Amino acid sequence: MVDIKNLTKKFGDFTAVDNISFKVGEGEIFAFLGPNGAGKTTTIKMLTTLLRPTSGEILLNNFNPLNQQDQVRKSFGIVFQDPSLDDELTAYENLEFHGVLYKVSKKLRKERIKELLELVELWDRKNDLVKTFSGGMKRRLEIARGLLHHPRIFFLDEPTLGLDPQTRNHIWEYIIELNKKEKITIFFTTHYIEEANKIAQRVAIIDHGKIIAEGTPDELIKETKTETLEDAFLSLTGKQIREEEASPMSRMRMRRRVH
Amino acid sequence: MGAIYILWLRQLKRYFRSRARIVGSLGQPVLFLVALGFGFGPIFQKAGQGNYIQFLAPGIIAMSILFTSVFTGIEIIWDKQFGFLKETLVAPVSRFKIMIGRTLGGATVATLQGLIVLIISTIIGFRPYSLAMVFFALIIMLVVSILFTALGTAIASKLDDMQGFQLIMNFLIMPLFFLSGALFPISGLPKALVIVTSINPLSYGVDGLRAALTGTSHFGLFTDFTVLIIITFFLLVLGSYLFSKIQI
Repeated sequence: MVDIKNLTKKFGDFTAVDNISFKVGEGEIFAFLGPNGAGKTTTIKMLTTLLRPTSGEILLNNFNPLNQQDQVRKSFGIVFQDPSLDDELTAYENLEFHGVLYKVSKKLRKERIKELLELVELWDRKNDLVKTFSGGMKRRLEIARGLLHHPRIFFLDEPTLGLDPQTRNHIWEYIIELNKKEKITIFFTTHYIEEANKIAQRVAIIDHGKIIAEGTPDELIKETKTETLEDAFLSLTGKQIREEEASPMSRMRMRRRVH
Repeated sequence: MGAIYILWLRQLKRYFRSRARIVGSLGQPVLFLVALGFGFGPIFQKAGQGNYIQFLAPGIIAMSILFTSVFTGIEIIWDKQFGFLKETLVAPVSRFKIMIGRTLGGATVATLQGLIVLIISTIIGFRPYSLAMVFFALIIMLVVSILFTALGTAIASKLDDMQGFQLIMNFLIMPLFFLSGALFPISGLPKALVIVTSINPLSYGVDGLRAALTGTSHFGLFTDFTVLIIITFFLLVLGSYLFSKIQI
């Protein structure tokens, strides 16, 4: 489903992603873990055609994001790390917008929007402006939106960041259900390592742009002779706190996330 | 087509939903029309140039179009910062269509804004000389709107945040407006100013509107329209090129 070979991304002198290779199988739930600034989001951006790699190869659903952009774009859905809804539109309109961009026919669009909004329990709020929604509701709406065009692979970049445990559980339940029912491949990142332990079938850990471990959660725990995946993660990546330089843009987003 | 339509529709929905913005952006043109129109009216009359409101109104319509279109173009910065742009950029739609849809949406909004100012001017005393030519004026308004929305898009594609906004306001939008012949006749100006006004695309918009609405013109309607179309085309190409280069 995802096949990455020797992928590298440099920003000037800084190497954000350094010669990484890994595969994610069809129908798999795959967790991509790493400390702040390790290169997770950069990798996802390259997989999803938002950034051009400096070198290396990517195949996503057997398509190349560099020259088969449209096929690649149709085959994945994504929930970004930062909110990406239009606050001035209603929940329904946000989904409608997405459906039209992805050329989902009118009839199908209507059916799926209803089905998905019911799934994420937002059907009764469909005509409310998104700016009146809480963080959890926005996340659920983004998940519904990402699934509207029936992608084969679903990227979730820290989908549960800043949400309470109830909402987090809720969201993971949908996702696992989806994976079982529709055989959608799930590719997610999270800082809540226990989530990855519970949900992921396979895990890769990236640090300083390099993949430093890969396997099932149990394998990683055994390998590092630790008790939990979180301990395994810490023993692999060290305890030092990472400094991530915030760009003006992400600073602004952070400010917005607070309220 | 669907993609262009939905992007266009989004701009319109956002416009009609922010009543505060509509009213707010009408304040300035109305103030200009009333204060300058009535304030300089007597002097203008004495200088033998006729009714100042007749002269000024097309300029103020062009001003409100200029402001609205550049702002809607620059809105892309907000979409960049608040993430919505990513949603459109990962969709299986070409960047060119995204840019065109947005630009047409922004241009429609700006044209509506110009139309409202035209209606307000008639309340204040402005009289178009021919009703048929008002329709042509609307076409000019739309072209000017597309031109400056595309300019806004081009600028926004190169900027990451609103820090540079003041710079654009004071060194681009204000000079474009004040040096366009919107407020005063171009004929009889010092040589340097004549050169500046004749390389300013807004001058042709103002002059074209004046030609269509009042029947008087400096460059001639044909020149105005040709220049506007050429610059619009150029800025659309530039805007979509820069937009296609955005990486987030």
